[in-house]
Amino acid sequence: MKLAYWPGCVSRGFTTELHGSMAITAEKLGIELVELDRANCCGAGIIAEHNQELADTLNARTFALAQQTGLAMMNICSTCQGAQSECQQRLDADSAYRAHINEVLSGQGLAYEKGKDGWTNKNFLWLLVEDYGLDKLAEKVTRPLTGLRVGPFYGCYIVRPKERLGYEEFPERDIYLEKVIEVLGGEVVEYDGARKCCGFPVIMMNRDTSLRQAGTHVGDAIDAGADCLVTPCPLCHLNLDMQQPEAAKVVNRDLGLPVLHLPQLVALALGAEPKELGMSKHIASTKPVVERLAAVPA
Amino acid sequence: MAEYTLKVRRYQPESGEGAYWEQFQVELDPSLSVLDGLLQAKDRDDGSLSVRCSCRAAICGSCGMKINGQSGLGCKTQIGEAQELAEKKASVGPSADGAPVITVEPMANMPVIKDLITDMESTHWSKIRRVTPWLLPHGEAPEREYIVEPESMIDITQSMACIQCGACVSSCLSMEADPEFIGPAALAKAYRFVGDPRDAETKERLHDLAHDPHGIYDCTHCFSCVDACPKGVAPMDQIMRLRRKAVEEGIDDDPNNGYNHSEAFVRMIEKKGTNDEALLVQESHALGLKGKLKPSKHAIKGLIESLPTVLRAIKTGKARSPAKVIPGIHPKLPGGAQDDVKAIYKHAEEHREEFNLYIKGEEEETE
Repeated sequence: MKLAYWPGCVSRGFTTELHGSMAITAEKLGIELVELDRANCCGAGIIAEHNQELADTLNARTFALAQQTGLAMMNICSTCQGAQSECQQRLDADSAYRAHINEVLSGQGLAYEKGKDGWTNKNFLWLLVEDYGLDKLAEKVTRPLTGLRVGPFYGCYIVRPKERLGYEEFPERDIYLEKVIEVLGGEVVEYDGARKCCGFPVIMMNRDTSLRQAGTHVGDAIDAGADCLVTPCPLCHLNLDMQQPEAAKVVNRDLGLPVLHLPQLVALALGAEPKELGMSKHIASTKPVVERLAAVPA
Repeated sequence: MAEYTLKVRRYQPESGEGAYWEQFQVELDPSLSVLDGLLQAKDRDDGSLSVRCSCRAAICGSCGMKINGQSGLGCKTQIGEAQELAEKKASVGPSADGAPVITVEPMANMPVIKDLITDMESTHWSKIRRVTPWLLPHGEAPEREYIVEPESMIDITQSMACIQCGACVSSCLSMEADPEFIGPAALAKAYRFVGDPRDAETKERLHDLAHDPHGIYDCTHCFSCVDACPKGVAPMDQIMRLRRKAVEEGIDDDPNNGYNHSEAFVRMIEKKGTNDEALLVQESHALGLKGKLKPSKHAIKGLIESLPTVLRAIKTGKARSPAKVIPGIHPKLPGGAQDDVKAIYKHAEEHREEFNLYIKGEEEETE
């Protein structure tokens, strides 16, 4: 399997451990990634809110760069998935609008073509279940996450709005994390926040609301007995992990729950070492996860 | 006909007891609604089961409730589909072995009066009134009706489709964390008047909604209301339009830094192509800090508050490279790609075309 790969801004910014882990995971899975190093930020919804045409053109550019490689595209960020799907929905809806957007791209030797050879842009989570296959993933597991209690945390942009995110064709996209956790040998923890908002989009606009959201979900997962959370969204990771000590102050309780990126969790089950996955860079210590895994006989 | 189990969250205030769950067995066609199922249970098993309803056709907006955790209308949710959703949810995780049942709860983010009946006044109607939900035209009233171009009204038809059921309020994740948030229903209603060509106080309305710390910049952009709304109003989209209009009106001094954050982000991508996190943190709190050196008190507070987080990130090695802590040294896109991004900015800022899917719909496939 070979894919055009858009890592997103945050995986190369404050969550470099995600970028590195994805490379390790891809190698272990036998997926070849062609990184789109000339592509631009998806706009995270903010650019679309400012100027819709600007966001649509910027993302059409990224899609065109991916299509130029002749490969399907993969992202590793729920927010990229949501923001890019929003623009793709408008681009795909109308040929005249698409032509208007492509006009400016043509000056750069690029064009976005609707449905070109079945072209898709999928988050690693979707790709893992729909294209790679859970059976094949199961075969690759060398260190089952036995006894590890994992709470899924999706990120809003990958679960809503359903009508835009392909749920008609793939109605189980909002239970994929649970399926992956189970295939890796872990135990799914049910708690209230799995599909709720981490609060990140308003961290700089309404800090209290934002941190209350993050703190509440982390607290609920702890109360449900989770050893860790796992998320396919690095922006959620920023609020749930990087801001966790601040969130603890707002919800006025002790937290301290490791939050893993999805590729980290997969790589651990495929035998990677926590250190090479950058788990020491997390703010909430990942030690409990490492210890739990060390206790499992290989 | 098929059999279903409805697990209903009940609350009978006169009993003096707290809320509890009760299961009802009902038998009906899968194409009938969850409301039909509840009414059957009320008819056959327990006449005290209380639910507000009237039209049974998704017009009156009375039967807002949470079905399998999702806010919507009881009369617009087919019981067969609700069962499928319950089965999907039960197919993974610790409850995988149990028999799936349809859960029905009163709407969230509002007080419960009895069973599925909630108090719509405290968190819905009071907030609707908060946004001055009537026209404020200036000048003499016309002799007959106001005459407007039909096209100018198309833009607000989406927000006019609201039936005041409260499903979006029930689903709102911002309101869950901040009960003072004006909320999706009221803000969608606000857009209905901001976008109305007959209204003469557009700027005043936008100023009011931007300056309320629980206003347009308190929405966390979670799309919950978009999925909950039974009428396709997409309240969050209306909130984003309010933000766009507020920026266009030059309302740049809101207490939430909403304007600064949006401007900082948009300008940063024009210059760098990808996110310069250190610059974004600085500029969101104090736009143009380097140029003006006049950040507001609020901005200084914001910057100081973000310091411990940055220091922790430096300590663990998350943010140890200079580009991650010093604003502005983050690299541009390579090999002329940044110029391509700039060209896109130039074109899009000149055109600012908006493609409204609600109005235009999806093109018929021609192949």
